[in-house]
Amino acid sequence: MSEVPRFWRESRHRYRLVGTRCGKCDTLYFPPRVICPSCRRESVGAMREEEMSGEGEIYSFTVVHDGLEQFKMQVPYVIALIRMKEGPFVTGQIVDCSPGEVKIGTKVSATLRKVRTEGKEGIIQYGYKFTITH
Amino acid sequence: MSSIVSYGSYIPRYRIKAEEIAKEWGENPENIKSGLFIYSKSVPGPDEDVLTISAEAAKNTLKRSDVDRKKIGAIYVGSESHPYAVKPTSSILVEALGLSYDIHSADYEFACKAGTAAVQNVMAMVDSGQIENGIAIGADTSQGAPGDALEYSASAGGTAILIGRNGFADFNATLSFTTDTPDFWRREGEKYPSHGGRFTGEPAYFKHVLTGAKKMMERQKTKPGDYDYAVFHQPNGKFPTRAAKMLGFKDEQVKDGLLTPYIGNTYSSSMIIGLSAILDKAESGDRILAVAFGSGAGSDVFDITVNDRIKTFRRERAKGVMEQVNNPIWIDYATYVKFRGKIIMRGA
Repeated sequence: MSEVPRFWRESRHRYRLVGTRCGKCDTLYFPPRVICPSCRRESVGAMREEEMSGEGEIYSFTVVHDGLEQFKMQVPYVIALIRMKEGPFVTGQIVDCSPGEVKIGTKVSATLRKVRTEGKEGIIQYGYKFTITH
Repeated sequence: MSSIVSYGSYIPRYRIKAEEIAKEWGENPENIKSGLFIYSKSVPGPDEDVLTISAEAAKNTLKRSDVDRKKIGAIYVGSESHPYAVKPTSSILVEALGLSYDIHSADYEFACKAGTAAVQNVMAMVDSGQIENGIAIGADTSQGAPGDALEYSASAGGTAILIGRNGFADFNATLSFTTDTPDFWRREGEKYPSHGGRFTGEPAYFKHVLTGAKKMMERQKTKPGDYDYAVFHQPNGKFPTRAAKMLGFKDEQVKDGLLTPYIGNTYSSSMIIGLSAILDKAESGDRILAVAFGSGAGSDVFDITVNDRIKTFRRERAKGVMEQVNNPIWIDYATYVKFRGKIIMRGA
């Protein structure tokens, strides 16, 4: 089944790392939340969208040698947990580097890349990945 | 008068050397290096295309400017390798860059001068008062058939120019010269382009580049010595070098904008990435002649003067062209054909 409507709903979050900040407790969430899990009903109507800078550092990572079908071209590749400058943790692929260059604490910057395609005829899904900040 | 408010480029980090390609096809690499004047070229990563390259170039442009993203009135993208045959690259960029939805946008095509056609359109909209400022982008991930001479040059890269009033470089004039010349084409559904071999030279590139440049200098009552820099479309290193010499320009006026020997022909970004490299070092008062060429065929010519606002322009907020040129990841031919989809994969 096509993922077009779901992808479209999430596109700005995936393209620009747009999260939501709770107007009550000031916590920034990514992926975005409709309601703050801490402030609950008090956060209704107080959640505001906020774009992150794209800057962060690697909190932890793993090297994938047996990738998904659409990532076969890129093995071995790095998937990392990144602590964004604004606070939230984001999982993302580290590109344009060899696995040996990636360390815990390495500074990274978000970049827009193709993430997957729905076959040869379907849509191209774009989203954030990360490159090492030089 | 419309002017350049900001600019930025993006070059994929992957590169392949002419020797690496020549080795596979039994060619003498020295012939390529001395004949075409190409040493290496950029290669897009497997997850890069014209949309991602345009987005990174535009982000670099926006980083260097304090213009409110929501007040940008137009975005046009010129390319011959848009990711979709039907579905604009420009509309994806509106969302990817966080621009206002109240914006003019379209994708342009005119072989290698689609990006400068976009520049001219944004200039016209600014000059007519329709918009305050707009972004014009030229980007490509061009392909050459395996074993074809184009395989040494067809590369990837993009440049975005933010055009408005009160920028740091004024457009003194622009003109175009267009004729029906079948020097290079790609039919609908075909993966690789075809070209007329030597026919791409005299009746196509040289006729349009030289005529366009001469017409501009006639109109502006200038001569080559009046310009500090000149930059031409660069399908290889040889053509622009020869065109510059034929027009009377000296090597020192041309060298800073000549990038094809190191990153290949970035097609729709070819001339404007050279202009971007020049703007990386230009100073107030510098005058630039910029000539784009698109097969099919035509030229777009620009006479530009850098003004005092360059002194407060924040170049350092984004990576310059040479910084990106000098940060390569070298790949071999096997990786290159894998990245460029030149081998048949299961399920493809």
